Amino acid sequence: MSAAALAQISEISARDAPRRRRPRLNIPGGMGALLWLLVVVVPIYWVVITSLRTQQNFFTDGALVPPSDPTLENYALVFEKGFARFFLNSIIVTVGAVGLTIAVGLMAAYTIVRSKRPLAKRSLSVFLLGLAIPAQSAIIPIFYMITRMRLYDTLLAVILPSAAFAIPITVLIFTNYLRDIPGELFESMRLDGATEGQILHRLVLPLCVPAISTTAIYNGVNVWNNFLFPLVLTQSPRSRVLPLALWTFQGELTINVPAMMAAIVLSALPILTLYVLGRRQLIAGMTAGFGK
Amino acid sequence: MSASNNSHDARTGTNAGPSPWFIAPALVLFVVFAIVPLFGAVILSLTKWDGLGSPEWTGMTNWRAVLTDPVTWTTIRLSLIVMVGSWVVQTPLSLLLGVWAAREGRTRAVVTTVYFLPLLLSSAAVGLTFKNLLDPNFGMTAMQWLGPLSRNWLGDRGTVLTVVIFIVAWHFVPLHTLLYQAGARQVPKSLYEAASCDGAGGLRMFFQITLPQLKYTIVTSSTLMLVGSLTYFDLIFVLTAGGPGYATRILPLHMYLTGFQAADMGRASAIATLLATLGLMLSLTLTRVTGFTRMESQQEGI
Repeated sequence: MSAAALAQISEISARDAPRRRRPRLNIPGGMGALLWLLVVVVPIYWVVITSLRTQQNFFTDGALVPPSDPTLENYALVFEKGFARFFLNSIIVTVGAVGLTIAVGLMAAYTIVRSKRPLAKRSLSVFLLGLAIPAQSAIIPIFYMITRMRLYDTLLAVILPSAAFAIPITVLIFTNYLRDIPGELFESMRLDGATEGQILHRLVLPLCVPAISTTAIYNGVNVWNNFLFPLVLTQSPRSRVLPLALWTFQGELTINVPAMMAAIVLSALPILTLYVLGRRQLIAGMTAGFGK
Repeated sequence: MSASNNSHDARTGTNAGPSPWFIAPALVLFVVFAIVPLFGAVILSLTKWDGLGSPEWTGMTNWRAVLTDPVTWTTIRLSLIVMVGSWVVQTPLSLLLGVWAAREGRTRAVVTTVYFLPLLLSSAAVGLTFKNLLDPNFGMTAMQWLGPLSRNWLGDRGTVLTVVIFIVAWHFVPLHTLLYQAGARQVPKSLYEAASCDGAGGLRMFFQITLPQLKYTIVTSSTLMLVGSLTYFDLIFVLTAGGPGYATRILPLHMYLTGFQAADMGRASAIATLLATLGLMLSLTLTRVTGFTRMESQQEGI
């Protein structure tokens, strides 16, 4: 995906397009859109208001009526269950995997674009192969390797495969981005006597900031929400991440539905905050690499 | 996309560009944790392994068992139903929503912002939300006034698969709506203006301009949807765990339950190999049929 294409996609969120005549009123379209809005909003609304109910009121209040006696005690309970720890684990795993992917992906993409050796060019197709591998079909051997490497039940056990499976899309986005940067820039730096490491650090890195934020967001959302790798590769609360914590809460809080809903709200809060703060960037990140 | 080897490179003569070693860290990480496991699954499928001790060589035993087990074929059939069902539900829905959202207007911008929310939730959160929402005893469907709608949607073999397909749609329609919205924004306005002068109505414009112009978006979105649907695992695992009975046990779920719950990793590896083969076959077929050049991400389902 080129920078230009990215810019086009981020225009989705451009609010004020040039003034033209009002579109004709599209009544069936509007009705359909409203219906889908309800389908999206009702479950989310239900989760939020349920999380504010006491357990007694949960059984007596109407399901869609705002809580008669709103309370934050469910949120307190969720924190008592070690939520802060899982929160921190999720951040470590996400930052670790995304950071690792960007570092190695950028080096690889720069070489693929700039090296004249056929070997370097050919390695791109190896990475692209990864786009067709379902992570599920690799999980048993990954489990085997992780246990043999004595990494089972550590955060590193989740970070390494998560980073590996994020590499194909990352390399793809970076190579497409770097190809649009004029070769003269690299050449002039080399003529000034810069080493490849310096070019990478002082030229490639700053130039790639838009592509880096795109891949960081896209991979970040994926790693943050990933369930399979933590499910298979970790076990104890010590190394539990948020999505897995939700699932284990379910066992512990069997019929405490309001507490369960509070946990869901809390687990989604970081990404929702990100969405509110950087909607355009996030949307561009989600569609990057998908072509048009 | 410009060619990278422009003539200026010739000046430096001997310089062959950055050292290929720069590729090594990415390649090692990727090969060790993605390519090697792919072949590892084939090898483990020839062993008996409970996940704790050491794998023991057993040859084709697992394969004979897997291929003659009717459950394998049931799970493959279910995977295909979920795949086709997801496409049938999500494509028209996200196409219409995307085209609707592509027009300007403040209301549309706000509504579109809200549409995006489900995609930000993790599959585990979506699964747990609907599991509780549809609980026959204390979920929203327990409300009296719903009448015939108040039933055990997830516990009934007759309805559970349809409900699962709709919940998957709830989660992923936002992504595809976004793709169609981006596509619809790129249809030249002059086409509509010309059609309008010729007196074409809205419906006609949709079928004769919008739809043909969105051809490539439909290809991209469908490829993502079909290949991605093979990997819906976590959502269904949390929602139904494959039940009731085998009613929602799709292939990846069957693999997980066989390996990690029934402690039969060898047999699960054979199922994983089937899954990878199916995924690769589907990607290659779609690429060939549609001319879609890049086999796109499967991250959707991980």
